[in-house]
Amino acid sequence: MAEFKEISPNAPMAEKALNWVDNRFPLSKLYKEHLSEYYAPKNFNFLYFFGVLSLLVLVIQIVTGIFLVMHYKPDAATAFASVEYIMRDVPWGWLIRYMHSTGASAFFVVVYMHMFRGLIYGSYRKPRELVWLFGCAIFLALMGEAFMGYLLPWGQMSYWGAQVIVNLFSAIPFIGPDLALLIRGDYVVGDATLNRFFAFHVIAVPLVLLGLVVAHIIALHEVGSNNPDGIEIKAHKDTSGKPLDGIPFHPYYTVHDIMGVTGFLLVFSAIIFFAPEFGGYFLEYNNFIPADPLKTPLHIAPVWYFTPYYSMLRAITTEMMYALIVCVIAAAYLGATRAAISSTLKAAVIGGALVLVGLMLAIDAKFWGVVVMGGSVIILFFLPWLDHCAVKSIRYRPDWHVWLYVVFVLNFFVLGYLGVKPPSLMGERVSQIGTLYYFGFFLLMPWWSRLGETKPVPARVHFVAH
Amino acid sequence: MKKIILSLLISMFTSWSAFAATDTIPWDKAPNKINDLGALQNGAKLFVNYCLNCHAAAYMRFNRLTDIGLTEQQIKDNLLFTTDKVGETMKIAMDPRQAKDWFGGTPPDLTVIARSRSGHGGTGADYIYTYLRTYYRDPEKATGWNNLAFPNVGMPHVLWELQGERKPLYDTVMSHGHEAKVFKGWQQVSAGKLSPAEYDAAVGDLVNYMQWMSEPAQSMRVKVGVWVMIFLLIFMFIAWRLNAAFWKDIR
Repeated sequence: MAEFKEISPNAPMAEKALNWVDNRFPLSKLYKEHLSEYYAPKNFNFLYFFGVLSLLVLVIQIVTGIFLVMHYKPDAATAFASVEYIMRDVPWGWLIRYMHSTGASAFFVVVYMHMFRGLIYGSYRKPRELVWLFGCAIFLALMGEAFMGYLLPWGQMSYWGAQVIVNLFSAIPFIGPDLALLIRGDYVVGDATLNRFFAFHVIAVPLVLLGLVVAHIIALHEVGSNNPDGIEIKAHKDTSGKPLDGIPFHPYYTVHDIMGVTGFLLVFSAIIFFAPEFGGYFLEYNNFIPADPLKTPLHIAPVWYFTPYYSMLRAITTEMMYALIVCVIAAAYLGATRAAISSTLKAAVIGGALVLVGLMLAIDAKFWGVVVMGGSVIILFFLPWLDHCAVKSIRYRPDWHVWLYVVFVLNFFVLGYLGVKPPSLMGERVSQIGTLYYFGFFLLMPWWSRLGETKPVPARVHFVAH
Repeated sequence: MKKIILSLLISMFTSWSAFAATDTIPWDKAPNKINDLGALQNGAKLFVNYCLNCHAAAYMRFNRLTDIGLTEQQIKDNLLFTTDKVGETMKIAMDPRQAKDWFGGTPPDLTVIARSRSGHGGTGADYIYTYLRTYYRDPEKATGWNNLAFPNVGMPHVLWELQGERKPLYDTVMSHGHEAKVFKGWQQVSAGKLSPAEYDAAVGDLVNYMQWMSEPAQSMRVKVGVWVMIFLLIFMFIAWRLNAAFWKDIR
């Protein structure tokens, strides 16, 4: 606890007021720790805008969301009409609604960029593991938030998308059907589902999201930001203890971020005002038809930001299960013969693999599809412990590592593309290879990240004056 | 195995060609008259007279038509039944059960139909423009009408008085060893009140009205958007110079 500080009675009013507050609440302390004396590396590049942009989009979603809730009706009979009421009769309602619908997609764009930045510069590595874990939890919460929000307009895609995804849970052995029933609150997606999704979307998940965002930022400010060189700036400090390659967040990065925010708003506004449907990707055309439980659309696809995972779900067919069984056996064989572990552990690996193969043969592929889809997100949590490369940043990794990352990103796009397309034989094969690459990239990382010759990492960051 | 793959491929191609023969025709491009108030007003008149008996537009208020240059008095005099109020939405009095008997289903609400029908073939306006111009007589259908853009449609040709009756002409071509019919053009069987060019223009007006009705704020949206972009571009310049002024000390 800080000591109570007396100030001269002749001090200016503002100074006295600040002192009064500071004696009761750490206002100046917080300001210093998080802004004016939070030292960030000076070599941030374009990719470092996406953290603050995620925060901006979160605020946009919350503020526009509040205004939407004032007019929206969470009732299966009136939900669709209330959205059209917002679009037509509420003054500037169309703007608020488009900001919210475009904001949903924008959220995923900026968060994907933010995660990509962390991935290539090793921002998840020690000591930033918790920053990464909180971030992954935010991503998971965001996916839940987006999925439940998408039901609310009660259009055909809202309805059938929710129907398909909730039905996935029924593939879980034993508890599945009851779990799906619990989520829906009914035997089909209906009014009960809409009401509970509304409750989760407007209050439960946002509360979790906000808490996680605060934890994410506190953890970040505790350890300090990484940078494109993956060098710890705290290793080189001046006599006063400030990092030599660090600059105060305020004013340097605040003015910098204003520029980034303006650039983002230019793109964001261009979409809102000139292409709010964004070719059917941000607002799907089918969703302008009210939900009809009796009419299944010919082609049900999730919104674009879920399609890579959806592709991986669809990739798990009965045939694919045999390929996965081969992978499990090969992994167990390698573990038992090559890994430097005790023989009891080796026996456990083989035993575990046999049980897994047994389950893979016994349980329907649909369930394993759900496991793969969930696993594709959960695996991100383990990244800090999968990467064993001697350097953090992609800049100093062996050149062929870079190609693995390039293929990883392309693969993610291809999976995303296939997820919006109707199923096809060719698409199925490609998505199966893509799924293997996606998981291979992470699961084999402990092996491949050690290989190859890394480049020498400089002591100080690489910075070109603006 | 080879046989399986082969039969699979063959069945894929044959099913594709069968699909192609019954597939709908490519959509024509609808004229863009979204800022032409005269066209929109004419479209509104056609909509109220021809569509709004079986179809509702339950999210669209009559008095919103003031946005396309009509006065409330004009709306009351020309577009409303005497019992309707100008602030009401475009609802209809048809019984859904009767609708089911007559057409096999309740005619869909048309408020946002133009937005919902967009797809890879073009915009929703393109689709409706094509659809309303490709009706032909088909005695096998309950209504006596069929449609090239929407095969086996339940709706009869409501605008037939205007268009007259037409017959599609086909070429027979060989495709993948099968005879396939390819649509080549129309033959006018009996004349309508309008010439083909007048009919296309009238449907164009109607479709533009429906496009406008699906999002009445759309012109406003673009207008506001231009100013927002101008502001942001100017602000971007300021933000850029501000950033440069602060960062010039950082070496």
